[in-house]
Amino acid sequence: MNMHKKTQIQESEFYPTIKNFADGIAAAYFDAMNDDPTVLAFGLGATDPRNIFGTMAGLEKEFGNARVFDTPISENALTGMAVGLAISGYKPVLTHQRLDFSLLSMDQIVNSAAKWNFMFGGQQSVPLVIRMIIGQGWGQGPTHSQALQSWFAQIPGLKVIMPAFPDDAYNLFRSSISDPNPVIFLEHRWLHQMKWDGLGKFDEIRALGKSNKIVSGNDVTIVSHSVGSVYALHAANILKNYNINIEVIDCFNLRDLDIPAISKSIKKTGRLLTIDFSHQFCSIGTEVIAQILTHNFPDLVAAPKRLALPNFPVATSVNIEKDFYFSTPDICTAIGEMLGVEISNLGSEISDYQSKSSKNFEGPF
Amino acid sequence: MNSKSITKDHIKKFFFNIVRIRRIEQAIAERYHLGEMKCPMHLSVGQEGPAVGISMFLNPADKMLSTHRSHAHYLAKGGNLNRMIAELFGRASGCSAGMGGSMHLIDRSCGFEGATAIVGNTIPIATGVSLSQKISNSDSFTVVCFGEGATEEGVFYECLNLASVKNLPLVFLVENNRYSVYTPLAPRQSHKRSITKVAEAHGIKTLAGNGNQAQEVMSICKHATDYVRNERKPVLLDINTYRYLEHCGPNNDDHLNYRSSDEIKHWLSNDVIRQTESDLFKIGIDANQLHSSIKKDVDLEVENAFAFANDACYPSIEKSASYEYA
Repeated sequence: MNMHKKTQIQESEFYPTIKNFADGIAAAYFDAMNDDPTVLAFGLGATDPRNIFGTMAGLEKEFGNARVFDTPISENALTGMAVGLAISGYKPVLTHQRLDFSLLSMDQIVNSAAKWNFMFGGQQSVPLVIRMIIGQGWGQGPTHSQALQSWFAQIPGLKVIMPAFPDDAYNLFRSSISDPNPVIFLEHRWLHQMKWDGLGKFDEIRALGKSNKIVSGNDVTIVSHSVGSVYALHAANILKNYNINIEVIDCFNLRDLDIPAISKSIKKTGRLLTIDFSHQFCSIGTEVIAQILTHNFPDLVAAPKRLALPNFPVATSVNIEKDFYFSTPDICTAIGEMLGVEISNLGSEISDYQSKSSKNFEGPF
Repeated sequence: MNSKSITKDHIKKFFFNIVRIRRIEQAIAERYHLGEMKCPMHLSVGQEGPAVGISMFLNPADKMLSTHRSHAHYLAKGGNLNRMIAELFGRASGCSAGMGGSMHLIDRSCGFEGATAIVGNTIPIATGVSLSQKISNSDSFTVVCFGEGATEEGVFYECLNLASVKNLPLVFLVENNRYSVYTPLAPRQSHKRSITKVAEAHGIKTLAGNGNQAQEVMSICKHATDYVRNERKPVLLDINTYRYLEHCGPNNDDHLNYRSSDEIKHWLSNDVIRQTESDLFKIGIDANQLHSSIKKDVDLEVENAFAFANDACYPSIEKSASYEYA
């Protein structure tokens, strides 16, 4: 595992001022590309005026069009091309503005990127990052909003990373780029421009880890990732007012689930709630619960619970979206049910958190 | 096609390589029933011409990628025979450590970057390898070998476009053997469609010819490789050839009548080895004697390779698990 060094090139006029998750991605690109000339960045829209929701702003101007380039709309060819670059000494980062478009590239993700190191007996790994953005809300509808982390997590040879916070956007993206294996890096669209009071630390040097305990508590363990961890964090803060202390484990590494960390937490709390912004069937939470039931059955004092999305596609209508997705109040209610405590009058507390970090995604895409 | 640049030595070298590959493939076919090689086997018997023709004009620094039917490409590019046979035997000393079998050959020491089993799969990977050569200002280039069936895959068109847009030093080598397993061209490709015209419409230079004619296939390959090496642009070769054995396996399956007997007779009477023998006689070389002496050397090489494979250890399941991640 190559460790990355923090060598920001802040003298560049193009270096992003980090205010949010998207800036964290952009800064990580800058630092990774500055440290390692073999890092390449491309995808449809990579150099367009919006630069993938700001996440690739300034890159082409800083590093030139041989390393940062726009592409044809040829997802399968681009993914195979990225594999070809990766087995030839480069570290490509390919971006899809919506995960749903990557479905055109399953041959190259599953049969090539994930298998290359294995099927040739470990002779050549594929240091490749594929960013996919999950666009839930604002009427994205059935084919622009799919969260298929469970698919990817089922494929041997892939790593699947879903950061939640701006510091993780930076740190985990840099760790993913320096990892010698193919990484599916999934960004929930709600996170990009989410506003934060503090941004965390951007100068940590670390290998791709498994999880972060973001809140400590004794009553219930929440296992979540991506935007689910943001809402779990808010729920934890709100529930303190009810003398409920939940523990939140942000399991950002979905193929290499941190079962030991979850197991340790369950020994303390005896209760498990999983959160997925994906269909409930075969969700990551389902796998977590299966493993915890196997390892920690005697430690559990209540049945585990899953919060996830319905098992049918989301429609475009805003009226349906509000019932399809869930948020911090739903997490608080679920926790209350698990503990037999009624959670009421959440209104003012919720609006406080929404002003800080949610409801920042207002389209158009 | 100007064939003056093809010398007597070229023809002798071409002959040596096609005979060698034919003998190796026949040896595999003869021993397949022994059950030591437990993997799907797509033999190259009959299709040696294009693989050898292109490899004659490649340097070790030039890269090649291939398909499920890759033995001829691997061997022509210089792949290690012992390690190939050991791979077919599923042994740890195999070129892919026993993880890949016949459909996943690799020998990076000679620039054979890998062959894979899904039709069209290595076309974009070769496109990426070629792009790496462009970005790094290398003077080498990449060849990707695939059948005419792969030209029915969408990714083929995507890569023609990419190679043209990015001016990549890449040879698309189409080996047209007319069949996809048992399915002939008629239900698969419009008779109005030409692979070369499709490529030309993407701004890519093309050359076409007979893979069983030594001078013709070598002239085409030399012309193409000179062009890519000097112009740093892509080229597509549409080379006719013919598979003698079943799609997958060691047997002849002509009794299934999916190919007309006239067609089979035509190709067998124009076999690449027989035609090259007559070319050799025309330039005053005793092809029979040369053929015997090559066979003798190759048979010894083959015996040694099978002995090597037979003596090699099997990989463990723990070892295979360790290859999931680097």
